[in-house]
Amino acid sequence: MNFDSSVPVLLIASSLLPGLIIFTLREEQRGLRTTLNLMGASVKLLLVAVMLWGVHHGHAYETVIPFLPGFDLTFRADSLPMLFVTLSAVLWLLTTIYAIGYLEGSANRRRFFGFFSLCVSSTVGIAMAGDLFTLLVFYEMLTLTTYPLVVHRGTKQALRAGRTYLVYTLGGSVLLLLGIAWLYALTGDLCFKEAGRLGDLPGEYAPTLRLIFAMLVLGFGVKAALVPLHGWLPQAMVAPAPVSALLHAVAVVKAGAFGIVRVVSDVFGIEFANRLGVLTPLAVAASVTIIYGSLRALAQDDLKRRLAFSTVSQVSYIALGVALGTPLATIGGLVHLVHQGLMKITLFFCAGNLAERLHVHRISEMDGVGRKMPWTMGAFTLGAFGMIGVPPMAGFVSKWYLATGALQAGQPWVIGVLAASGLLNAAYFLPSVYRAWFRPPSGEVAERAPAGGVEITWWLLLPPLTTAALALGAGLLAASDFSPLAWAKVITGREFGL
Amino acid sequence: MTAFTLYAIGGVGLFAMGLFSFLAVAHLLRKILALNVMGSGVFMVLIAIAHPERAATQPANVDPIPQALVLTGIVVAVSATALALALTCQYHAETGRTTLPEDSPGDERSDR
Amino acid sequence: MNTPHPGLWAVLLVALPLALALAAYVAGRRIRPILVWIAPLAMAALVTGLIHSLIHQGPFRYEVGGWAPPLGITWKVDGLAAAMLAITASVMGAVCVYAPGYFAGSFKTAGAGKTELFWPLAYLLWASLNAFFLSADVFNLYVTLELMTLGSVGMIVLAGTAESLAAALRYLMLGLMASLLYLMGVALIYASYGSLDMVALGGQLRGDPLTWAAASLMIVGLLIKTALFPMHFWLPPAHAGAPAPVSALLSALVVKASFYLTLRLWFDVFPAVARPSAAQFLGVLGACAILWGAIQAFRADRLKTLIAYSTVAQLGYLFLLFPLAAAPAVAKKAWLGAILLALSHALAKAAMFLAAGRIQQLAGDDRLDRLTGIGQRAPLALSAMALAGVSLMGLPPSGGFAGKWMLLVAGVQSGQWWWALVLVAGGLLTAGYLFRFWAIAIAASDHPSQRVPVNWRMELPPFALGVAAVLIAFLATHAVELLEIGAAFPIGGTGEVAP
Repeated sequence: MNFDSSVPVLLIASSLLPGLIIFTLREEQRGLRTTLNLMGASVKLLLVAVMLWGVHHGHAYETVIPFLPGFDLTFRADSLPMLFVTLSAVLWLLTTIYAIGYLEGSANRRRFFGFFSLCVSSTVGIAMAGDLFTLLVFYEMLTLTTYPLVVHRGTKQALRAGRTYLVYTLGGSVLLLLGIAWLYALTGDLCFKEAGRLGDLPGEYAPTLRLIFAMLVLGFGVKAALVPLHGWLPQAMVAPAPVSALLHAVAVVKAGAFGIVRVVSDVFGIEFANRLGVLTPLAVAASVTIIYGSLRALAQDDLKRRLAFSTVSQVSYIALGVALGTPLATIGGLVHLVHQGLMKITLFFCAGNLAERLHVHRISEMDGVGRKMPWTMGAFTLGAFGMIGVPPMAGFVSKWYLATGALQAGQPWVIGVLAASGLLNAAYFLPSVYRAWFRPPSGEVAERAPAGGVEITWWLLLPPLTTAALALGAGLLAASDFSPLAWAKVITGREFGL
Repeated sequence: MTAFTLYAIGGVGLFAMGLFSFLAVAHLLRKILALNVMGSGVFMVLIAIAHPERAATQPANVDPIPQALVLTGIVVAVSATALALALTCQYHAETGRTTLPEDSPGDERSDR
Repeated sequence: MNTPHPGLWAVLLVALPLALALAAYVAGRRIRPILVWIAPLAMAALVTGLIHSLIHQGPFRYEVGGWAPPLGITWKVDGLAAAMLAITASVMGAVCVYAPGYFAGSFKTAGAGKTELFWPLAYLLWASLNAFFLSADVFNLYVTLELMTLGSVGMIVLAGTAESLAAALRYLMLGLMASLLYLMGVALIYASYGSLDMVALGGQLRGDPLTWAAASLMIVGLLIKTALFPMHFWLPPAHAGAPAPVSALLSALVVKASFYLTLRLWFDVFPAVARPSAAQFLGVLGACAILWGAIQAFRADRLKTLIAYSTVAQLGYLFLLFPLAAAPAVAKKAWLGAILLALSHALAKAAMFLAAGRIQQLAGDDRLDRLTGIGQRAPLALSAMALAGVSLMGLPPSGGFAGKWMLLVAGVQSGQWWWALVLVAGGLLTAGYLFRFWAIAIAASDHPSQRVPVNWRMELPPFALGVAAVLIAFLATHAVELLEIGAAFPIGGTGEVAP
């Protein structure tokens, strides 16, 4: 086995092995655990850098592991997987740093970090899956490894949220299992192929294929928080802040969206899906989610719940992008995968900081926090502007491409959806930003505020600042060759054969 | 009616009676008896099969195999009956009941 | 076809545990280290040797004592038998390591003498299980079935409670009745065909009424022993009331044995007789078992009752094989899937019962409302149950997923959609009752959790079994290769070879 074929496995192992080792450590072995975590994250990032260089120069990283008779685990790292993998690796390192700081002194850290690492391994496996079967295997593993993170605190509320999470995700997995088995029965092959392979099937399969499409999209849509399958997400906010950050920016929600992208572009093929007529319902569902999520977010006073509904809304931009069926829209959707990840994780990190330092959990308590925690609120503000779509933040770039893509697809109503969403985003983000900077702090906040010096430990401050800077950079430098946008263009080019 | 037919029908009849009795009665000792009757039924069928008339080879001899089966079966039945009886005695000693709980829920001979 | 070398492995596999059972009865305390450590290793070596010769020399038949059939008993070793022998050795090995710790703990017995009886009975069970899997003679199978029943019943009673006595009596009675049904079937078979050898019968059977009656009797007897709905009611009290290591043996091995025989008879001996309607009927009963077992498991108030009802449900899965295999194109895939499911269930269920025993020991009780937060005190035991649960739910990467996936694909490919739906619904239901327990176990408890030192002898065996249940998925291709040695496929000459 040469280097090229072992790299995907090494990438998964870089978080799997530390995770397994962490389970065997004692709860008190903090230093060793921290070292393992950071080492694993750094090794992963290093491998990702190597793979990026390789993919750029035309290397193919493919691995096949025999698993079940007739069904192997295949991994292939080309451009679309690398997009998701890079996002995961970068954000995992930052979230690990954040989690080390956030969970200082709390119980059960061994269990937390163990499952944390396993969760990232599953995400990387999902990203690099070369066929639907491998994707399914790691997708289910993601469910298993995220449940303990959601119920980490062990309170009644956490257990209830965990139960809701399971009901939704296992229900979705039923649809996935059946849909994938059906597809296998029809075609005998589950491999991903750019521009899909189902276009060659004879016409009488069309109704069956539409049904399979619906099953797969609904199955992935649960994790992607497509309305009305989104119910688990706001409840999962009961988990600690690093979990919310990871779930909502990187792992679970993006995995669902990634699954939908894979189904549309590499199983069915965008052009074939268009001909089948399944893209319009998907676009409508995504649009409904976008508006509904924003409306619900407006009604929330709890900061994390507002961010949760914002995620529900924003992740559907990705589905909308691929559902519009044109190259520009696809670019917009794909690049938003990265952009939304960066911006949303910034917001969650900041929310965690506010809760941790100032015990601020609600928007109504946020008066004047900008004066007390300027760096945190600075990052928050950048993230919020990005969500609204203010240039030069990254969010603006994605929305621009989605809007032009909608025009290209001849569906101008989508621009209305995007505009409305932008307005609603402004409506629920700007007030909190205004309160934080322009209102005097309330009594409790003033009491708890730091006396002077650094507002919060570096463990908790560095990650949001980094992600905010990355979000800004992704927007400012979008035209460069190495930006997520350029990448999305490459992937889309290959998909459409341009 | 040949000897074979008589034994065979008798055996099946015993088996059926034993089965019915096992399912219908509640008292543990009677269940054990019913099982023994069932066993005897099977053994009779086997003995009937051993009759030279049924032999596969000619010239017909008495078939030794079913007889071996019957002997083995008797040994197994004796061991199983012994265990069942021992357990029933122990059960009665501990709970004072002679039936399993679901068979006569109102039967409260004594409690422990 | 007398090949002494492979036959030697087979003979030792039965003779060694039998000898040890007698020795344990006579001098139990003195030979305890042998019983706990050396014998399981020796048995594992024997099984490995058997599998080795199977792979290199192919399936073989051994005539015990050199007597040719029909007077003598033949043993037949093929891939399926070897796989069952391997699982038996694994589970029994884990139980042997685990048992001393369990019986030394807060185990209430009327006098220490009773626990000494565990060893002779356990080894007797081992000997009879091995003889059962090796046997290819339908009457010999009856004898070994009875031996297994006697051994099992004896071990259930070790718990010493009135409930365990009642459960053991019920199990014994039903088991004896079922065996007699089976025996009557054997008698009728012998009456029609003059042979007791499964291989010879397989070629000879015709579909006449007497054969059909015999087949029905045998299969019904075996279904009672496998606790298929609605004849399942004896299982939960028996498995829940027995001591934990005994429950593990019963749920993992003993009920699998009668399922194994049903499988053998259906595919090897009775294919000419088996009607599609009968297959569908078995499938319906299996589906009812899945549903009913899950509902009762969800309502259980004790941990071991929950796990016992889970066995009822999981056995229901196995019976979906019969209707799925009725479609020749996917028969082999379904067969392989069901066997993988059976093997991983054996490992997973044994892991669950052993871990539950440890938890019961720590908490003093296995009532679910007393187990809040028990995960803090016994994290390794809970991890074992988590791994086992992953396999039971059929989630990747586990043996349970491997089996379920193959059955699912078989169902979808042959257009038998309702069985596919039953399979996935069953997975959801399983998750329902398993997560109900886990949520209780990892809840933040009101009492401060005292760290309990890990009892390696009691917590490592279930953990190892749980890991094995998961790893079987990765060994699935090798397992399939093993199973295909000597397998009776294609059925009817038209079966497709598994991809």
